[in-house]
Amino acid sequence: MNKTFLIIKREFLVRVKKKSFIVMTLLAPILMASLIIVPVLISDTDQQKRLIGVFETNTNFSQELEDSENIHFTIFDETEMNSFINNPELSDYYALLKIEDESYTIFSNQQISLNLRKAIEKQLEQISERNKLKHAGIDIKIIQDAKTKITINTKIITSDGDTTSSSTEASIGIGFITGILIYMFIFMYGTMVMRGVIEEKTNRIVEIIISSVKPFQLMIGKILGVALVGLTQFILWVCLTILISSIAETMFVSSEEISNSINSADQSLIFNEINKLTGGIDLLLIFFSFLFYFLFGYLMYSALFAAVGSAVDAEADTQQFMLPITIPLIFSFILIQPIMDNPDGVLAFWMSIIPLTSPIIMMARLPFGVESWELILSMLLLIIGFIFTTFIAGKIYRTGILMYGKKISYRELWKWLTYKD
Amino acid sequence: MNDTLLSAENVVKKYGDYTALNKANISVPKSSIYGLLGPNGAGKTTLMRIINQITAPDSGRVLFDGGLLNKEHIKEIGYLPEERGLYKKMKVGDQALYLAQLKGMSYGEAIKKLRFWFEKLDITSWWHKKVEELSKGMAQKIQFVVTVIHQPKLLIFDEPFSGFDPINASIIRDEILNLRKNGTTIIFSTHRMESVEEICDHIALINKSKTILEGPINKIKAEFQDENYEVIIDSNQLRNSERFDVLSQNKNKFEIKINSKNELKEAIDFINQNHNIISFKKNLASIEDIFIKTVGK
Repeated sequence: MNKTFLIIKREFLVRVKKKSFIVMTLLAPILMASLIIVPVLISDTDQQKRLIGVFETNTNFSQELEDSENIHFTIFDETEMNSFINNPELSDYYALLKIEDESYTIFSNQQISLNLRKAIEKQLEQISERNKLKHAGIDIKIIQDAKTKITINTKIITSDGDTTSSSTEASIGIGFITGILIYMFIFMYGTMVMRGVIEEKTNRIVEIIISSVKPFQLMIGKILGVALVGLTQFILWVCLTILISSIAETMFVSSEEISNSINSADQSLIFNEINKLTGGIDLLLIFFSFLFYFLFGYLMYSALFAAVGSAVDAEADTQQFMLPITIPLIFSFILIQPIMDNPDGVLAFWMSIIPLTSPIIMMARLPFGVESWELILSMLLLIIGFIFTTFIAGKIYRTGILMYGKKISYRELWKWLTYKD
Repeated sequence: MNDTLLSAENVVKKYGDYTALNKANISVPKSSIYGLLGPNGAGKTTLMRIINQITAPDSGRVLFDGGLLNKEHIKEIGYLPEERGLYKKMKVGDQALYLAQLKGMSYGEAIKKLRFWFEKLDITSWWHKKVEELSKGMAQKIQFVVTVIHQPKLLIFDEPFSGFDPINASIIRDEILNLRKNGTTIIFSTHRMESVEEICDHIALINKSKTILEGPINKIKAEFQDENYEVIIDSNQLRNSERFDVLSQNKNKFEIKINSKNELKEAIDFINQNHNIISFKKNLASIEDIFIKTVGK
């Protein structure tokens, strides 16, 4: 046990000290945080008030142009227009809108933003439309009344008989993101284990080590060490993302805006947004299920990855054995979308119960609500699956790591399973 | 029997249809250097792996220090496999510490012993280097240190001199002899017969999964002694006699076989009468000859 701990410690420390690990762990949260904070910032900077001068000859748009929160229109006469065109820098105005018959032009000394152009275009279109309808003798009110927009509120009846409002979009979002994350993590850390095994084999250190410890100890030590790396990275990502985005929030977003958008003072803008979006979904259950499926999904697959690594001499030779491992993973990845269209269907049920596909598919189903017995059964089977693959992998591993320079076939692997210890 | 450290009795190991060891027997005396010889694929590595408990025999038993070999003995054995290496990206010191601790040493003990060996082999300055910065010979030295660091009763070296230049090879050979002097028993496997002659007391020859020869090196050599002599005379023509057969000739050097042990004197006299003898000596069977003779059969 003590020796297994030593192995876990080495596997963990070696990876955590790597530059690539540190860079990845720091960069990803910055990226994530900027994905959250940048849209807020962008909408913030666009709030600036723009003064627009309007000059028209034959038409009558300027009477109907309405000032909005950040666009303010003023009617120009010819002298005002000329002084703006000659010296736009000196003017208080941001741009000049010139309307001559059917031709519309905006003059400015800088490129005006797309949003501003669209906003003005929309107003002009509406005014033009209204005028045309009026000419044709159609009452605008009739047209406005005929326009309809319907939104359905969705509510879930929980087991206590309460109803909570739910959002299908949020369920899809969460199911998709967690499913893909599990898929990515299993692949990332699984191949990390496989590379580690191949490294030990090509470095020829493996025989030195297994003269001190059992091959199984070495394998499980590596798997658990990498699992700790994965957990550390994940937890750091979550903590850092929250930390960075809340720092960025207080730095860049004015406090006025925060108090505008939320009521309670102790909540940040981001959490408030998240809560609003995911109302009705048990986030805590999803978080812990995610950790469970991440950990055990990884453990089950990484044992197989380790077995593959032990059977080959170089990473280039892994492909023939990787296929049967990656098929259930890729299969579940592809099926995330269809499963979420019918999260209670037969396919969804079985794939979320069978261990090889359950880590991804159950995460995709979970936000839509899953019976607790299904969840427990799926988790139990995953643990059994993990024990089973570890057992099989251990048998392949202990023979494989001592085989050099031999192309291994599936028949050979089968024989290894039957060797006595 | 009490001075036997390790013995393997009727050890059988099969991998599927392939028999790696078929009733192999060895008996390694305490404080001896025991040469384990045999052609490639004879089963030497399998036997060494069984002794190291990397794999278990299908039948037969292995006794260590009077008792059945068990997990407790792992820290009593040091193994330098033929296929050996180190983690390339890891620092020399960290790596040596890790491997020593895996052998069951405590951190403090390991660091003390490593300091001692690093100073002895004059490699202290490598402590903070990564293994990939070392040459192959330097890495081999580290591997030697981590093999002997826990002061095992039994050391098993598989081709210990491969990758060493002659100077370092002799340093390592001296260390091996030193360890034996301090009471360590050493099993030594190699294809270099001259180093077997030089340092081994006992040998075992394994061929086709079986031990075909085993015992003290002098006894085995005596067994293979035949009545062959090397004669150098002042002529390229040796007169024939019924007392001996000429086996081979190289210019004025002849290898002859005396037909009957009692006729040695007569044979010498016969040659002496006909030629001037420059040298006449008994052909001592070398381990290499014995190897080729027994394995070739």
